[in-house]
Amino acid sequence: MAGWGLYNTLTDSSVQKPDLTTTLAGIRSPNPFWLASAPPTNSAYQICRAFEAGWGGAVWKTIGHDPIVNVSSRYGSIDYDGRKMMGFNNIELITDRTLETNLEEIADVKKKFPDHALVVSLMVESTRAAWHDVVKRTEDTGCDGLELNFGCPHGMSERGMGSAVGQVPEYTQMVTEWVKEIAQTPVLIKLTPNVADIRYIARAAKAGGADGLSLINTINSIMGIDLDSFNPKPHVAGRGSHGGYCGPAVKPIALNMVQQLADDPEVGLPLSGMGGVQAWQDAIEFMLLGAGNVQVCTAVMHYGFRIVEHLISGLENWMASKNYAQTSDFVGLSAGKLGDWADLDLGYKVVAEIDQETCIHCGLCYIACEDGAHQSIDMTRIEDSTISSDDPSLPSFLSGGQTVFAGVGDGYANRFDINQETCVGCNLCSLVCPVSTCITMVEKESAIPSITWRIYQEKLQSGKIERIMPPDHV
Amino acid sequence: MIQKTLLTPDQLAENFADLHAAYPRDEAVTESSRCLFCFDAPCTRACPTHIDVPRFIRQILHDNMAGAAETIFSENIFGGSCARACPTEVLCEGACVDNTLLNEPVQIGRLQRYATDSTPASFTPGPVTGKRIAVVGSGPAGLSCAYTLRRLGHAVTVFEASDIAGGLNTLGIAAYKITTEFSLSEIDAIQAMDIEIRLGEYVDAVRLEELRASYDAVFLGIGLGPTANLEIPGEDLGGVTEALEFIAQTHTGPFEECEVGQNVVVIGAGNTAIDVATEAVRLGAENVLIVYRRTSHEMSAFAYEYELAKADGVKFEWLVRPIKFLGENGVLSGLRLQRLELVGEGRGAMLQVIPDSTFDIACDMAIKSLGQVALEPFLSEAADLQLEGGKVGIDASTGATGVDGLFSGGDCTNKGAEIVDAVQDGKIAAFGIDVYLGGLGSL
Repeated sequence: MAGWGLYNTLTDSSVQKPDLTTTLAGIRSPNPFWLASAPPTNSAYQICRAFEAGWGGAVWKTIGHDPIVNVSSRYGSIDYDGRKMMGFNNIELITDRTLETNLEEIADVKKKFPDHALVVSLMVESTRAAWHDVVKRTEDTGCDGLELNFGCPHGMSERGMGSAVGQVPEYTQMVTEWVKEIAQTPVLIKLTPNVADIRYIARAAKAGGADGLSLINTINSIMGIDLDSFNPKPHVAGRGSHGGYCGPAVKPIALNMVQQLADDPEVGLPLSGMGGVQAWQDAIEFMLLGAGNVQVCTAVMHYGFRIVEHLISGLENWMASKNYAQTSDFVGLSAGKLGDWADLDLGYKVVAEIDQETCIHCGLCYIACEDGAHQSIDMTRIEDSTISSDDPSLPSFLSGGQTVFAGVGDGYANRFDINQETCVGCNLCSLVCPVSTCITMVEKESAIPSITWRIYQEKLQSGKIERIMPPDHV
Repeated sequence: MIQKTLLTPDQLAENFADLHAAYPRDEAVTESSRCLFCFDAPCTRACPTHIDVPRFIRQILHDNMAGAAETIFSENIFGGSCARACPTEVLCEGACVDNTLLNEPVQIGRLQRYATDSTPASFTPGPVTGKRIAVVGSGPAGLSCAYTLRRLGHAVTVFEASDIAGGLNTLGIAAYKITTEFSLSEIDAIQAMDIEIRLGEYVDAVRLEELRASYDAVFLGIGLGPTANLEIPGEDLGGVTEALEFIAQTHTGPFEECEVGQNVVVIGAGNTAIDVATEAVRLGAENVLIVYRRTSHEMSAFAYEYELAKADGVKFEWLVRPIKFLGENGVLSGLRLQRLELVGEGRGAMLQVIPDSTFDIACDMAIKSLGQVALEPFLSEAADLQLEGGKVGIDASTGATGVDGLFSGGDCTNKGAEIVDAVQDGKIAAFGIDVYLGGLGSL
C-alpha cells in the first residue's frame, strides 16, 4: 500500500489537531484549500456556499472591464473505461457579468467572511491604464490579493490577453510591473503550461515584482471528435476551438512544473499549486514539491464544494500521523529529490517480487512484461488436481457436487514467477497488478557500482572506468 | 387436484419475467469496466465453447457491439441461450478472478446477453464444397453442428422428430430463463444460413441407414429419452407426471393453459428438478416440496439454483425415497416415503433404509425429475453403434462414432449436460466431419 496508508490517529478526540492555517505571499487563509478562478467562483452566491462548506480561500473568476459573451456548449470530458471525467476541458471565457456587479459582490463576500482568503483574478486589455484602473477598483473591495490571469489558453488569448501575455516573458514582466506600480495587496501571477519552459516565464514574473505564482492554468486541448457527426467535443454549432484541459489527468504535468519552479533559485517565489487536485493526497504531493497551498476546480465541478471536507480530514490525519503541527513543516520536502536524469544512481537496482498467496492469477503482469517490457515473468501451469482447497489465492466453492476454483479453467491455473536475473526493475508489473499487496519492488545488489551517469561520463573520458556493457541476456 | 393455473395473465407474466433483467447500456458498460482483461483468462478456459470473454467485454466497454456479438457467436451460435441458461456460477463466473479480489465475479452471463441481444447473429455460409450432411436432431448439438458445417461450405439438412425445433433448448428449460420466442428466434438466424430443418421427421434405425447411404456424412444429436421411471406402485395414477412434460407445457401453450397441482412433490434434486419446482410455484402451486434420497451436499443442482428454489418458497425433504404413489379413484392423493441414512463418509457413503420410518405426504401432483434415460430402443437397433453405458461412444476430438461417416455429440453421448456443452460437441463434430470429407477442420 505504498504511500496510501490509512491515517486514523485523530479518532482520539483528545489529540491536538494540526493547524491548517496557511499564509501564501502574505495572504492568510484558515486552510490551504482555495478554489481556483473558474466557474465555481463566478458569484457571491457560490463563494459564500464554498466558504460555508469549509474552503479556506477562493480566487474570484477572472473579471475584466467589459462583460464577454460566452458560447454554448462549453465543456468536454475524457472518461476512462467507465469512470467519468478523468480529464476535462472548457472553452468558457472570463466573467460574463459586469465589472460593477462583480466588485459589489466581492466587497459583500469579504465583509461576510473576513478571515477567508479572497483573491480576485484579473484580465484586461494590455495597456497600463486599463490595468491601473482595474487594480484600483478591485482593491477598493477589500479583497486580500490579486491574481493576474496570464494563462487562459482559449478565446481571450486571441484578443492579446491571457496566455498571449503569459507565453512571452517580456509581456509577463511588463504587465506585472504595471500592476505592481499601484497594487497595495499581494500580486500572484497565474502561469500557463503552454510554454516550452515555464521557468523563463516565472523568472520574468519575478523580475516584474510578482509576490507569488499560481500554476498551472489549463493545457491546450481538443477533447475528441464525435464519430457520427464528426463534430469536435465540445462543439458550438458544429465548430470547435481548442480549450483548456484540466482534471485528474493533468496532475503529473502540474507537479512537474511546480517542482521546476520550487527548485529554481532564480524564481524563489511562493507557489500556489493546482492541476488535477481531487483527493487530499494530491494536495500533499503539490505541497511536498513546494506549493504553499493548492487550488481546486474540476473536482468541485464534478462533485460540488463538499469535497473540501475530505481534503481537510485527509490532510489533518496525515499531518497528525507524521507529527506535523503546521503545513510549513512539510512544504517543499520532496522538491530537492528531483533533478537531472544524469544524477540518478546507475548502480541502484530493484526487482519485482510476486506474493503467491495474494496473486489472483489474472496474468496482467505476465502479458505486460512479455509484450511491453523485458520478458522476465515465467508462466507455468498448476493442474487443478494439485490445488489445495485452502489455497487463499485459488479459492473454491462447492456447487452441484463439483468444486469450482476461481482462477482455474480447462483444468489449470497459471502461476507467475519473476525471473529476477533478467528483471530490469521497471515497475510495470507492479503497476498493472490489480492486487495492492501482490507485487512489490525489492532492492537487489546490482552488477554496476553506485555511480551517476554524469560521473560515469567523466570517468570514462579520463579512462578511470571501463565501459559498462549490457548483460548477456539483453 | 390438478387444474389449469388460477393465476391471472398479469401475475403469470410477472412470475415468468426474465430471471435477470436485460442490462441497459450504462449498466453494461459499468459492469464491463470491472473486467480486468485477464491474459489466458480463466473465464474463457472455463467456457466449454471457449468464448473469448475478456475480448467481448472490452468490446462492450468500448461500444463495439457488433464486435462483441461476433466474438460470442463465432464460438457459440447459441450465445444468447447460453447467456440466459448457462450455469455461469460453475463456469465462466466461477473462474472469474474477481471472485478472489472482490468476492464477486463480473456478471459475464448478463453481459453476454447484452451483447447478443444488441446484434443478431448473421453469418455467411462458406464457399460451396458440394458435400451434403444430414443432422439428426435440432437441439443445440445438432444445430451447432449444422451451423458450423454451413460455415465450412457444406449443405446441411436437419431432421427433427418433433414439430417444434430446438430440442431441450426450446422445450426443456424454465421459461423464465429462456422464452420459447427467444429460442426460436435463435434458430431462425441459423436457418437463415440456408439450413433446412425438416420438422416431424422421425429418424428410426432404418431411416438412419438411408441417410447414411444418401448423404456424405450423418451427425446424430438425438439427445435422451423420457425421464426415468421410479418403478413403484401407482406410477400410472392421474397427477403423476414427469419433468420434461411439465416444463414443455410452459413453452407449447400460453401460461394460462398450464396445469399445476396445489400440493406438488418433485422427485429428484437436479437442475431440472429446480426448474420444475420453481415453475410450479410460479404457476400458482401452494406447496412445492422437493424430495431427494441424499442431501443438499450431494445433489446435482447448482448452489445458485438451490438458492433460487429456496427464495421461491420451495421446501426440501432430504434422505427419503418414494415407495408408493397413493391414489383415490385413479387420482394421486399422496406419496409414501421411507427415510434413509448415509453410512460412511463423502461421496462413497452408502444409503440405508431406516426401519419403520415410512410416512405419507399428501399431494395432488408428483413430478418425476430423475434425469432422462437413453433412447435405448433406437440406439440398440441402429447400425453398429458402440454403446457405453447407454451413451453413444465417440472420439472426443472428432465426434466420430466408429461407424463410417456417422458422428455424434450432445446429450446422447454424455447422458445429459449443459446447452453450452452440446454446442461445443456439435462444433467439434462439424470439424471432424469436415476432415472426414477432406477439409481442413477449421474455420
